[in-house]
Amino acid sequence: MSPTVQALPPLLVVVPLLAATVLAASGRVLPRLVIDTVSMLSCLLVLAGSVMLLNATGSRRVVSWLGAYPPVDGSSVGVVFVVDRIGAGLATLIAALVTAVLTYTWRYFDEVESYFHVLILLFLAGMVGFALTGDLFNAFVFFELMGAVAYALTGYKIEEAKPLQGALNFAVINSLGAYCSLLGIGLIYGRTGELGFAQIQRALAGQSTDWLVLVGTALVFTGFLVKGAAVPLHFWLADAHAVAPSPVCVLFSGVMVELGLYGVARTWSAAFSPVLPAERLRPVLMAAGVVTALVGAVMCLAQYHLKRLLAFSTVGHVGMFLVALGALEPAAIGGLAIYVVGHAAVKGALFLCAGIVLNARGSVDEAELHGRARDLPATRVCFLLGGLALAALPPFGTWLGKTLAEDGLSHAGFGWTDYLLVGVSAVTGGAVLRAGLRIFLGAGAPPGTRDGTRGSGEDPETTHHLGRIPVTMLVPIVALLAGGLILGLVPGLPVLAQDAASQLLDHTGYAAAALDGISAVPPPAPAASWTLSGLLLGGLSVLLALAVAAVGLYSDRLRRVFSQVPTVVTLPFRALRTAHSGHLGDYVVWLLVGVTLLAIGLAAT
Amino acid sequence: MITLPYLVAGWLFLVGCYGLVTSRNLVHTVACLTVAQSATYVLLLAVGFRAGATAPVFADVPVGTRVVDPVVQALSLTDIVVSATVTAVLLALTVQIYKRHGTVNPDELRALQD
Repeated sequence: MSPTVQALPPLLVVVPLLAATVLAASGRVLPRLVIDTVSMLSCLLVLAGSVMLLNATGSRRVVSWLGAYPPVDGSSVGVVFVVDRIGAGLATLIAALVTAVLTYTWRYFDEVESYFHVLILLFLAGMVGFALTGDLFNAFVFFELMGAVAYALTGYKIEEAKPLQGALNFAVINSLGAYCSLLGIGLIYGRTGELGFAQIQRALAGQSTDWLVLVGTALVFTGFLVKGAAVPLHFWLADAHAVAPSPVCVLFSGVMVELGLYGVARTWSAAFSPVLPAERLRPVLMAAGVVTALVGAVMCLAQYHLKRLLAFSTVGHVGMFLVALGALEPAAIGGLAIYVVGHAAVKGALFLCAGIVLNARGSVDEAELHGRARDLPATRVCFLLGGLALAALPPFGTWLGKTLAEDGLSHAGFGWTDYLLVGVSAVTGGAVLRAGLRIFLGAGAPPGTRDGTRGSGEDPETTHHLGRIPVTMLVPIVALLAGGLILGLVPGLPVLAQDAASQLLDHTGYAAAALDGISAVPPPAPAASWTLSGLLLGGLSVLLALAVAAVGLYSDRLRRVFSQVPTVVTLPFRALRTAHSGHLGDYVVWLLVGVTLLAIGLAAT
Repeated sequence: MITLPYLVAGWLFLVGCYGLVTSRNLVHTVACLTVAQSATYVLLLAVGFRAGATAPVFADVPVGTRVVDPVVQALSLTDIVVSATVTAVLLALTVQIYKRHGTVNPDELRALQD
């Protein structure tokens, strides 16, 4: 392995950290253009490095021991980065999204000093580090770094009431989740005396599955699943997304939440798999995924606050990701990898469109904006296209990923998940389309007054209402949508993704690469490609999404019919909405319920 | 193995969570989060404990002296730094919340109800 490639993983963390430090120290005196250029350049460096890593990892992994403490006879006191294709792919996705965000904010926050750029660069460093590390405690540190920065970014508009409460809920729940993870790390360290994923795996090999290991893993997973917004650990997500600046939401929804799921997949495969067989983990992930997908879809339909609507659609999608991950099979996870990238591109574009609407009209409330954004033609096209892509319109990357995941799940014996994936894509896409048609075309009747979080009266994030939309704000939206579209058209991508997924699940190969320097080549995956039925299912979910949107727009008559429905039927839905109370104490109770369910689930199966 | 430290760690975490759930003041909330976090310090130090061992400072002690595990102490130190950061961010948010909402009672924060 060439020394240049080996030096890359730590550099990808160090470069943005250094740039952030320099900007934090000198941001007050530097002109805005220099700040923008420095942050953009360091982000592009990370992007280039990630792409180089992506090329260097194929059949092998890039292993980099920090401070020159390589292992002797398979053991080491050093800290290691172990990069495989999924990790490098995530780093590339992160860097690409941050590039889009920095382009968008070039003219977005007019009077910010360097703070925003400093925070974004720290966020970049934390996320990339988490994706590349091969050490449990380092994973925790990077996890906390991206957490602390994310809290600050959420409360960025510190002069307003809503962002403060959203940031507080986000910070307390995620910190508590992270402390659960740390308790778990302590227990695992107590059992194995190791912190590296590979070392833990070797130390656990041959041990029996006892309560200590089970509680330890359940606690470690809790922190990741809080970030990954699995129900009932998801409550912070909508609060944070509703109030964070729109470009920040792109990073939250596009990749930070997915990194939580990556954390579960990585630590399970690389560290805990010897004592936690797939049969134990599978039902837990599947059950959590189904519940999360359904809750996300139902709550998404009920929203009239544009950013909360998009946030709950993320919850719905995370549920589908959990289901696909839960198969713990290369085919489904390969599809999942493509789905995550496609979703990041599409959801990112949608959030950026919401940001334009917010700044041009001073509101993100669907009812208030009814027909008021007719004169934003470019944003309209992008938003509606994004809604269709979210509903898995072929040939977008979202569709390709979803259909490959469906095929993988069917082959693993979970054919019923087809209904779930098509249904949830249709409902979330339909809700976005409904909002888009209402806001940009004035379709349907304005919805009546209702309770819940309203999106009106929001201060725009720019200093003045935007007149003409700057081109730097439109370019990233178009680029993201184009990226999401091209992703679905790259020939051979399904096979590459499936290979990457096999590599992620190959735990002995991971340990051999990290500790013995042996890069074993996993067996080649069977050919993967989309099928005609997948194409039809994609078309079906788009049609269903249009139907959902139409019902949402013209449902006055339906609502009168539904008002006859007995309370018993509507009660669960009302209870679900009441549960999203915005109250911190309630969320903590739900977190404790979630930890307990997770531990029982892992122990009982 | 002495079980007492592990029981203390569990107690601290739970009592911190109890405080978070029932809190009527955000400053109290932040303190409760710190209490819950102190469970991690106790647990980590308990994991590294060895009977009759001294602190892992290798100056002025003969070679082969029993010491407690230095790794968990390094982890606790990192953990304390994390705690300081998060507490500072949360207290800053609390100050701003008092300015904008006029209250620090979580029950009266109603901006994000669904």
